[in-house]
Amino acid sequence: MIKNGVGREIPEHLEHIGNLIPYESPFSIIPEGNKAGRKLKRQLPHKSKLVSSIKEAVRACGLKDGMTISFHHHLRNGDYIVNMVIDTIASLGIKDIKLAPSSLNPCHAPLIEHIKNGVVTSIETSGIREPLGTAISQGILPKPLIIRSHGGRARAIETGELKIDVAFLGVPCCDEYGNANGFYGKSAFGSLGYGLVDAKYADKVVLITDNLVDYPCLPASINQTQVDFVVKVDSIGDPKGIVSGAIRFTKNPRDILIAENAVKAIEASGYFKNGFSYQTGAAGASLAVTQFLREKMIKQNIKGSFALGGITSQIVQLLEEGLFGGIFDTQCFDLDAVRSIGENPKHFEIDAATYASPFNAGCIANYLDILMLGALEIDTDFNVNVISGSDGIISQAAGGHPDAAAGAKMSVILAPLIRARIPIIVDRVTTVVTPGETVDVIVTDYGIAVNPRRQDLIERFKDARLNLYTIEELKEIAEKITGKPDKIDFTDRIIGVVQYRDGSVIDVLREVKDI
Amino acid sequence: MVRLRRTMMYVPGNNPANIMGAHLYGADSIMFDLEDSVSIKEKDSARFLVHNALKTLDFGNTETVVRINGLDTPFGREDLEAIVRARPDVIRIPKTEKAQDVLEVESIISEIEEKAGIEVGTTKLMAAIESPLGVINAFEIAKSSKRLIGIALGAEDFVTSMKTERSKDGLELLVARSQVLMAARAANIYALDTVFSDINDDEGFIKEVKLIKQLGFDGKSVIHPRQVTLVHQVYTPTKKEIDYSIRVLNAIDEAEKRSSGVIALDGKMIDAPIVERAYRVLELAKASGVYKGDY
Repeated sequence: MIKNGVGREIPEHLEHIGNLIPYESPFSIIPEGNKAGRKLKRQLPHKSKLVSSIKEAVRACGLKDGMTISFHHHLRNGDYIVNMVIDTIASLGIKDIKLAPSSLNPCHAPLIEHIKNGVVTSIETSGIREPLGTAISQGILPKPLIIRSHGGRARAIETGELKIDVAFLGVPCCDEYGNANGFYGKSAFGSLGYGLVDAKYADKVVLITDNLVDYPCLPASINQTQVDFVVKVDSIGDPKGIVSGAIRFTKNPRDILIAENAVKAIEASGYFKNGFSYQTGAAGASLAVTQFLREKMIKQNIKGSFALGGITSQIVQLLEEGLFGGIFDTQCFDLDAVRSIGENPKHFEIDAATYASPFNAGCIANYLDILMLGALEIDTDFNVNVISGSDGIISQAAGGHPDAAAGAKMSVILAPLIRARIPIIVDRVTTVVTPGETVDVIVTDYGIAVNPRRQDLIERFKDARLNLYTIEELKEIAEKITGKPDKIDFTDRIIGVVQYRDGSVIDVLREVKDI
Repeated sequence: MVRLRRTMMYVPGNNPANIMGAHLYGADSIMFDLEDSVSIKEKDSARFLVHNALKTLDFGNTETVVRINGLDTPFGREDLEAIVRARPDVIRIPKTEKAQDVLEVESIISEIEEKAGIEVGTTKLMAAIESPLGVINAFEIAKSSKRLIGIALGAEDFVTSMKTERSKDGLELLVARSQVLMAARAANIYALDTVFSDINDDEGFIKEVKLIKQLGFDGKSVIHPRQVTLVHQVYTPTKKEIDYSIRVLNAIDEAEKRSSGVIALDGKMIDAPIVERAYRVLELAKASGVYKGDY
C-alpha cells in the first residue's frame, strides 16, 4: 500500500487491473507516446450496413467471451440499449464481458442478474445508480470496478487504456450508412458528446436507431467512416426518462438561499466580468444561480464568452438573449436544450475529450472561469465525494466533476450544510473523487468557506463582507446540530478504484459490511 | 441598537427541517407555530419539537417567538408549560380579544418562570388581534402587560367576522390596521401587520408592504422566506433618505458645538421629530446593510 496525494492507501497492484499509479497532484502526470488507434478497415462499394437485429449485429461484430463493449448514457434513465444488447449477448451464451458505458442509471437494474450469471464480469464507467450500486458495493462484481470522470474516460479511450471492442450506440436520427445525430426524432436527446469518443476509437461501431432517415442524415455528428453496422429497432428509449421538459426554476427556499450566497461569491470573486465563462449543473441550487446570474448580467451589462457542460433551458435562454457568445455542449438536460442544439450553430456539440480530457492540446474545461458543482460530502481538506452515499454505497457519478474543477479558475461547491440529517462537511470523505487542491469555494445555506490555498479569494470575499467561515467552523455548526455520524463499516476487500482524470488512482472502493 | 421587527416569519412547529434552518433567511424574528399550522394530531409532537429546538439549536441574533394555542383550547396551558421553560424571546397569544386574555397568559407564565427558576418577567409577550372585538379593545390590550412588546393584526379571521374577504387594495382592513397601529403607538410597543398568503404574487405583496409601511407599521408577519427579502427591500431607506438623515444629524452636531439653540438645514427648521426620523432611517439603513456609518 502506498499513501497517495490525498492521503489514501492505494495498493501497488490489483488483480485484473494491474499496477496502479497513485494519485499525486492534479497535473503531475505528463503523458508519453501516441494516441491509440483502431485497425484499418475497408468497406466495398454499395454494400449495406443495415443488419436485421441486435443479435445479427453482435454476431457480425464477432463478439466473443472476454471482450469489452461500450455505450453512451445520453438516453439516461430511459435507456433501452444497454439492456437489449446485454440480454442478446446473454442469449448467445457469451460470457465474461467488460462493460464500459459512460454512465449507468437505475433502469440498468437487470445487469445485476447478468453479473450473477457471469455474462458481465467487469465494469468501467463514471457512475452507477441504485439498485446496481448496492449490489456492486456488496461485492457481486468478480473484477474490480473502475470509476472514471468524463474527461478521464475519454483519456482512457484515447490512450488505449480502455480498449473498446464493440461500441453499441443508440442514435435518435440515423441513415443506413451510419451518419447520425442526436438532435431529431422521437428519442432525440441532443448532444452525442460521450458517444462520439467511442465512435472514433472502438474497433467495431454499431448504431442502434428507432428513426432511420433517408441518406444523408445531416448534420452527421457520427459519420459513416466510423460505423460498421446499423440496426433499426422499435424504440431506443422511454422518452419520459431521456430528457425532461424545460427544467424550471426551483422554489425550494434552501436552494434559493444557497444560490443567493453563491451569486454574491461570484460577484465578489473578480471573475464576473465581460468575457467570463461558466459551467453549472441541473440541480435546484445550480439552476437558481444561473437565474440570478442572468439578472446580474443584464443589470450590470456583462456578457459572457461561453457556457459549458450539461446544458439546460436556463443556459439556452442566456445564449438566445445574447448574454453568452456560445455554448459547448456534451449533454442536453432538457427539451429546450435539445431544440436549441438542433437549430442554433452557436450551440455547439463537443465530444467528451474536447470537453475535459487532460491529455490533448487543451480541453475546454481548461478555459473555464466560474464553475458550480454539487457534492455528497466534502472534507476539511476540501476533497469532494460525489460517488458514494452516507451509507458507503456507490449511488452517484463522478461525471465531469474532477475535470471541470481542475480546469476552472474558481470552482464552487453548492451544498446544504445538512442533508437529510447528515452533515455534508466531514473530517474525511468516504471516497475522494475530486481533490481538494482543485476546489476553491464551498457555498452552503449557513455560509461560505474558501480553500486556504485561495487567499486572494478570501481577501475579496472579506472586502465584500460575505458570510465567511473556515471549513472547520462550518463542520462544527453542522455537528452541533446533527452530532457526528458513525463510521461506515467496510470489509478489507477492494471492489474498485476511482481514477483521477489522468489515470492515477485517487481512491479505492471497498465492500460494505451488513447493509 | 433598537430591535427591528420588519419580518416575523411563520415556521410550522411540526417540521424539523424547516425549524432547523429557519434563521438563515434573514427574518428579524422567527415564529414557531403550534397553533393553526399544526393539526390536532400533532399538537403534542410539535410542542416537544419546538421545545427541544429552542433548547438545542442556535438561532443567532434572530428573535425567537412561539405562537401557542389559545388558553380556551386543551393545548394552551401545556404549550406554556413546555415552551416557557425552553426560553424563547417571545410568546405570541392568538385571538386576543381583551386585556384579560393577556393577563391570564401572563400569570401562568409568571408561575412557570418562578417554578423553573427563570427571572420573572423575562419571557416577553405579543398579542395577535384577530376579531372585531379585539380591534375595538386594541389599546386596552396593548397596555395590559409590561411583557407585551407588540401587537399584530391577524386578518383572515377578522375579515370573515366582518362578513367580507380580503382584497388587493385592503380597504376592508383599513380601520382595523389603523386602530391596531394607533393602539400600539399609544402604548409605545411594536405593531405588526397580517400575512399575505399568495407567495407567488410578488407584485401584490410589495404593494401591500408599501401600504403598511406608509401607515406606520414596524413590519409584517410573513409565511415564506422569499417574502422576507421583499419586505426588507421595501423597508430599506433610499440613498436620498439616508443622505438627508446624515445631513440632519450633522447639522445637530454642528449646532451643539456652537451651542446654538435653533437649528436649520436648507432654510428649514430641524425639530425633534425630524431628528427622531433621521435616527430611525439610519437604524433601518444599518440593518439593511446599506449604511455603515457612525450614527
